Amino acid sequence: MSQLNIRAGRKAGVFLGVLAMLFAILSAGAPAKAADDPSTYAYTIAGTLLNNEKPLVGVNVTAQLDAFKASAKSDDSGAWTIMVPKAGIYNVSIDKSTLPAGVSFTKADGDKLQADLTQTDFAAVLFSFGKSTVVAENFGDQLIVRVWAGLNFGLLLAMAAIGISLIFGTTGLNNFAHGEMVTTGALFVWFFHIVVNLNILVSAVIAILLTTVFGWVQDAGLWKPLRKRRMGLNQMMIVSIGFSIVARYILLLFFGGDTKDIGGGGNIIKLGPIFTSDIALISLVICVLSLAGVALFLTRTRLGKATRAVSDNPSLAAATGIDVERIIRIVWIVASALTGLAGVLYGLQFQATWLTGFDILLLLFASVTLGGLGTALGATVGALIIGMIVEVSSLFIANELKYAAALVILIVILIVRPQGVLGKKQRIG
Amino acid sequence: MDWLNALNLTFGEFIGAYTAAYVLCALGLAVHFGFTGLLNFGQAAFAALGAYGYSIATLSFGWPWYSSVLFGLLCSAAFAVVLGIPTLRLRADYLAIVTIAAAQALKFAVSASIFENVTGGSNGLSQFGDSFYALNPIPKGRYDFGVFALSENELFIRIVAWSLIILIAVFLFFLTRSPWGRVLKGIREDEDAVRSLGKNVFSYKLQSMIVGGSIASLGGMVFVMSSQTNQPSNWGTNFTFMLWTILLLGGAATILGPIVGGMVFFGLLMFLQSVMEGLVNMGWLPFLDIAQVGQIRFLLVGVALMLLVIFRPQGIFGNKKELQFNG
Repeated sequence: MSQLNIRAGRKAGVFLGVLAMLFAILSAGAPAKAADDPSTYAYTIAGTLLNNEKPLVGVNVTAQLDAFKASAKSDDSGAWTIMVPKAGIYNVSIDKSTLPAGVSFTKADGDKLQADLTQTDFAAVLFSFGKSTVVAENFGDQLIVRVWAGLNFGLLLAMAAIGISLIFGTTGLNNFAHGEMVTTGALFVWFFHIVVNLNILVSAVIAILLTTVFGWVQDAGLWKPLRKRRMGLNQMMIVSIGFSIVARYILLLFFGGDTKDIGGGGNIIKLGPIFTSDIALISLVICVLSLAGVALFLTRTRLGKATRAVSDNPSLAAATGIDVERIIRIVWIVASALTGLAGVLYGLQFQATWLTGFDILLLLFASVTLGGLGTALGATVGALIIGMIVEVSSLFIANELKYAAALVILIVILIVRPQGVLGKKQRIG
Repeated sequence: MDWLNALNLTFGEFIGAYTAAYVLCALGLAVHFGFTGLLNFGQAAFAALGAYGYSIATLSFGWPWYSSVLFGLLCSAAFAVVLGIPTLRLRADYLAIVTIAAAQALKFAVSASIFENVTGGSNGLSQFGDSFYALNPIPKGRYDFGVFALSENELFIRIVAWSLIILIAVFLFFLTRSPWGRVLKGIREDEDAVRSLGKNVFSYKLQSMIVGGSIASLGGMVFVMSSQTNQPSNWGTNFTFMLWTILLLGGAATILGPIVGGMVFFGLLMFLQSVMEGLVNMGWLPFLDIAQVGQIRFLLVGVALMLLVIFRPQGIFGNKKELQFNG
């Protein structure tokens, strides 16, 4: 749902891209034998001229580099190909006098383009004709769309971040392998829904259960023995980095490196300026309910109170008769179930790869740090802020820098308020 | 299975240019973590800044190799200051998260398409080594070393890289035994004690960041110079994690540790990889294909990192008393 404002204009581009690839396949095998025979040149520039999805026939296209110059006419489907002898950046232009009457370029200087053949032996050149079809949305609408996306993403982050925060609070461990629990949630729901072909709800439940088992086994088999050895927390953090690498590459070995599409994006629902899907709406409701559930659990139940007591001071909690190891075990189970659920919802809304969790791990840490390490409510607030920053920042900066923006904000906030938004001062030590 | 080939490849890794690059970065990390106790998980950023500093100075500014090297060093020193001022006062685990975040942010920035005409975007930069390789006094040709043969440029980068390692190792040997080095070790052992002696702990930490970061940026330059390509994907978190494994394998608070650690690490990885590839080709590991063997390499890095930290945190050469994780 991030590409709404350019949704309309790119149909022709996709079509041309497909054609370009066909040309690439056809031209890849062409060997360069005789230098003066154009059909044996090693490099190819090609494209298709379409005006309003109708081909433009018989238009002259010229490619030029230094002294070399070659032309071609577009054929019945509007396609043209020029073979060129050497690498370089070619100027490609259209002879305007050969255009049919009434056809104009989208941009005034749209008859001159460049083809970059420095890295590859094939370049596709797309001339665009007719009026621009990109719909410009006004800023307010864009902002609402982004805030909605940020809310959605932030809630997903919050579910996983609360897990990190609970584990950190009770054991002091910064678990770098937490992202892999998001990944297992997403990949298992893909496996059971798409491969085994189970009902989506059943697969989701199985995925969450398996992730919970993963978390429980992880604690019982790795972290509990290390706690017994009284290993330093920083040492345990490095162990968790090693463990995350192991878990990640095991997932890669079993699931492969390709991107898994699970939900197919769901059905589109329009709310004012916002295009969203039924999956996103359901996910939002599930997130809010689970977060409320965690909040009630921590504040209203005996177990939750015991958890907070262990977070505050494990020795004191043990002295009052709380079984600290039991609380830690329960925390691990709750945390991994929540994280698995976050992974399932993430995989359904976006897509899943073996790196899904690792990609958002730093955002999770940023959320937890921003809210104040070890406070569950803080992690939720932090995650919502990070989600908003990630999505809203893409209004102002390039989309590919949105994660970087969140990480820079994390560093800036640590300068101003190192204990986080809701943290207590002594936590940063 | 071709045991000879496996051994040849392994020996080639011992003195390889990439091994040398990792060793340099690990030496920088030894200054940060081994001697000062800073949990720096953003070492990839320092190496990347060295590499990008060099290649951008050469390609965009057209500078000769020595000014490009200086520019690379300057970039990483500046980054050390910018990163250090807000973060060095933080607790160790915060520092780890912030440094890893900063390194990732830097990686996103250099691979962004808006800076493409300077950084080359996600394709990175290439062919920036002409002025460096013009220094090469070795005549053109293949040089046979019994088990493997190298071209004149491959030989040259190896000689330069390993000489650099020896120089820096000697430099660090004296530096860590100087009064300055003793203050660093004091900070590692007990920050408050050093502070009570009237030392400016923050300033020493910052200096340590700059020294270690500069050494890592030299490593980054060696890394990209051997292939003359500099891609952002090189500088991911895996790069940093491998450095940590190398450092902890050899021994964090030693100088010989990262050097031998790097050689053993890459030698062992290559040996295991060739053996596994041999077994796959012979059909003894039917559940694996050749591409997956490369993935198992990283899996082994993770296993090694875990086992080292749990069972031998002082590494091959280290003294257990000298390794405090401060936590």
